[in-house]
Amino acid sequence: MKADPIGVRTGTLYLDGDRATAEGAIAAGCRFFAGYPITPSTECAELISERFPEVGGIFIQMEDEIASITAIIGAAWGGARTMTVTSGPGISLMMENIGLAIMLETPCVVANVQRGGPSTGLPTMVGQADVMQARWGSHGDYEIIAYSPQSPQEAFDFTIKAFNMAERYRTPVIVLLDECVGHMVEKVVIPPADTIEIEPRRLTDAAKDEYLPFAYGDDLVPDMAIAGMGYRFHVTGLTHDERGYPEMSVRCQEWLVPRLVAKIRQNADDIIEFDEENTDDADVVVVSYGISARVSRMAIDLAREKGIKVGFLRLRAIWPFPEKRVAELAKKIKSYVVVEINLGQIYYEVQRCAAGRCETLLSPHAGGGVHDPEDIFKVIEKGAKVK
Amino acid sequence: MRREIRITGFGGQGVILSGVIVGKAASIYDNKNATMSQAYGPEARGSACSTQILVDDKEILYPYIRKSDVLVAMSQEGFSKFVGELKADGVLIYDEDMVNPGEVKKGIKVYPIKAQRMAETDLGRKIVTNIVMLGFFTAVTQAVPKEAMVEAIKTSVPKGTIDLNLKAFDLGYDAFE
Amino acid sequence: MSPKGVPEAVIAAVSSEEHPIAPFLRMDRMPHIWCSTCGIGTAVKALVAAFEKLETDLDKVSIVSGIGCTGRVAGYVRLDSFHTTHGRPIPFATGLKLANSELTVIVFSGDGDLSAIGGNHFIHAARRNMDLKVICVNNFIYGMTGGQAAPTTPLTAVTSTTPYGNAEPPFNLCHLAAACGANYVARWTALHVRRLTKAFAEILVKPGFCFVEVITPCSTLYARKNRLGTGLDIMKYYHDNTVIEHGAEPADTDIVFGGPIICGKFVDRDRPTWLEYQDQHLGEVLGDKYYRGKVLQGAGER
Ligand SMILES: Cc1ncc(C[n+]2csc(CCOP(=O)(O)OP(=O)(O)O)c2C)c(N)n1
Ligand code: SF4
Repeated sequence: MKADPIGVRTGTLYLDGDRATAEGAIAAGCRFFAGYPITPSTECAELISERFPEVGGIFIQMEDEIASITAIIGAAWGGARTMTVTSGPGISLMMENIGLAIMLETPCVVANVQRGGPSTGLPTMVGQADVMQARWGSHGDYEIIAYSPQSPQEAFDFTIKAFNMAERYRTPVIVLLDECVGHMVEKVVIPPADTIEIEPRRLTDAAKDEYLPFAYGDDLVPDMAIAGMGYRFHVTGLTHDERGYPEMSVRCQEWLVPRLVAKIRQNADDIIEFDEENTDDADVVVVSYGISARVSRMAIDLAREKGIKVGFLRLRAIWPFPEKRVAELAKKIKSYVVVEINLGQIYYEVQRCAAGRCETLLSPHAGGGVHDPEDIFKVIEKGAKVK
Repeated sequence: MRREIRITGFGGQGVILSGVIVGKAASIYDNKNATMSQAYGPEARGSACSTQILVDDKEILYPYIRKSDVLVAMSQEGFSKFVGELKADGVLIYDEDMVNPGEVKKGIKVYPIKAQRMAETDLGRKIVTNIVMLGFFTAVTQAVPKEAMVEAIKTSVPKGTIDLNLKAFDLGYDAFE
Repeated sequence: MSPKGVPEAVIAAVSSEEHPIAPFLRMDRMPHIWCSTCGIGTAVKALVAAFEKLETDLDKVSIVSGIGCTGRVAGYVRLDSFHTTHGRPIPFATGLKLANSELTVIVFSGDGDLSAIGGNHFIHAARRNMDLKVICVNNFIYGMTGGQAAPTTPLTAVTSTTPYGNAEPPFNLCHLAAACGANYVARWTALHVRRLTKAFAEILVKPGFCFVEVITPCSTLYARKNRLGTGLDIMKYYHDNTVIEHGAEPADTDIVFGGPIICGKFVDRDRPTWLEYQDQHLGEVLGDKYYRGKVLQGAGER
């Protein structure tokens, strides 16, 4: 299915990452948005509130982030494509109901414009320390899909992807921006609507009395009914059977939860996205994402000038993590250097996948700014000296 | 070549819009890469207001100013805060009625203009001071072609004010001989 | 052997006869989890009776519950039904309703769910006059988790977390809803099935935030901890102590431990709903550019 032209502002715009996220959402057919203002994500909500009346969308500023995430889940069951956007304290408040979206297999998109934490932290300054929270923040076992744009253009592109993946796998998808990308204004090219591919909702066509809300096929994703279609279905956040009825037993838990995880893991190759540069002869491979990926490239240029063989693995999707590729490369390099604005998150993931086959070094940053390329360079230098 | 530009002033002077116009002119109408960001938070509260524009032929990798090539100052506070980040041979442009630069380090090229006064007396509209400033900035630095700036102004200012703004731009541009 | 010597044949006959409300329920989920003499089922029965009375198109009715004994209601009625998280049925229902305004959206939940953890959503939905039919089963206690204090627990009442008697003033939910802007506010007890049915029938067709508080016995926990006797004793208490006062000033309807229960329809007014106000306001400001306006107009012309 192609994007509805009414929502697509085709042309070359000069936009910040927050607003590009909003444009991506509207282009992807988002027509319900609930949110609560929080820096540095608010520009996204503001643009949606301005644009929605003209495209038939409903914008509502809720009383808090818990209400916001829950409202978008409800709206998804009413048939809408939905999004909320937040940051820091707000994403923490949303965690319980991100779990609800996982459990009800509800397509929806959550954008988190990361700022410095913990707590109120650095409201107006950059951080990348919510990466593990995105993966593990809600209780229980699950898998998540998360994208990390490095520019406003990617904020637009990845938000559309996020909506598409949310529909394809019936799951919440996180767009994990950072304040720097969120607030940076740059050229954004919005293509014509008929070149934007939109994933339709997987609506069931089962007979009314035969529909089982959680019966699934080979790709492990059940077909969805939405309210008002006449199926009179039930869904619950409790562990449930094919009919959607609660069944609190080991047997049912084993039937349900491994599938929720597997529907992402089994299809990981369809979701995982990364850019790989100069890894063929590399001694050191830098791993980074978001704004840090851009800064890393400066350090890589520096290192190459000095004759160090450095490759680059830039994560476009952070979750699911490209485990296989990271493990493969580990066999032939001396070290990984992970560059992120936190004190070690994806670092541990890389270390886990490298599994001792090479060194894994971290170029950390506590937040509030981006790395000094010199600092990254020094870690690369160290990585190149590993025996 | 990468150029780092800082525009500073106080709230209400159109500092951010100026940044948008320069960035848009460079990236959309001159096919360069250009990012613009503004100071947020406590830093942006009160009177100080600033924007940074980075222009490069290549992709912009480092998202902030490290040593600015150009400082455009429309307030004393902004001037004092950012003059230190100017390169040794950087360009300082300021509004004489608003900024007293005192002793400026040797090597820095200094270009004063009475932008606000010109906007007021020649156009009767103080509000376009920032655009007068942009005209002057364009003439002095040639950082972005004049035509690109004109296009960017046309698509960034409110519809009914395009002529006024273009006049303001020319006024500033012509003030540099 | 059959209970109390009732002949097998009689039992077979009775149990093969479908209960009149069975078509409205998910009979494949019976038996339900509620204790006998619990008042939640009575409230469900009244809702179903209201559907019957109105001949409601049930395909267009959704029901949303939070977590709690009452929260299980969504699981037993044969509607599009959503059992969500504790305290959040109102925001969930808000999204559902706004995504498809053709739906009638009922929120059916407990007093703790709606007024403690979900209290903020409750007051804001009432303020917005969101078009939701909110039915609150008030048993003065947290049933599901074993009888702890709720924001509705009357002063001096004993719960498992107020073993010496509650020393916190409770909410009067009707007063709260009314003060925040609800279009319709009523209170009945589980004894008043006919009046409750009537109230439900009224709110099902009334736009805006409609709130019905149903005072119900929790015989297992609240009654036991407070020595209020059996479920039947509580019904008798309702019978003897209810004062029906339509139009009563909501502020004057506080519930006091051991005191009278003022019931009735307290508020029935017609503020515009959230969506009506949006449509009207944005239509005025944006004119032709307001997309929903065009769609709504188009629908009117057909
Ligand atoms: C976030 C969260 N906190 C606590 C709980 C535990 N919990 C489940 S039901 C409930 C209270 C229910 O009381 P009420 O809403 O009055 O409903 P009732 O069981 O009395 O019908 C609580 C505290 C929960 N499920 N989720
Ligand atoms: S514990 Fe109380 S509220 Fe819960 S089912 Fe039993 S009687 Fe009803």
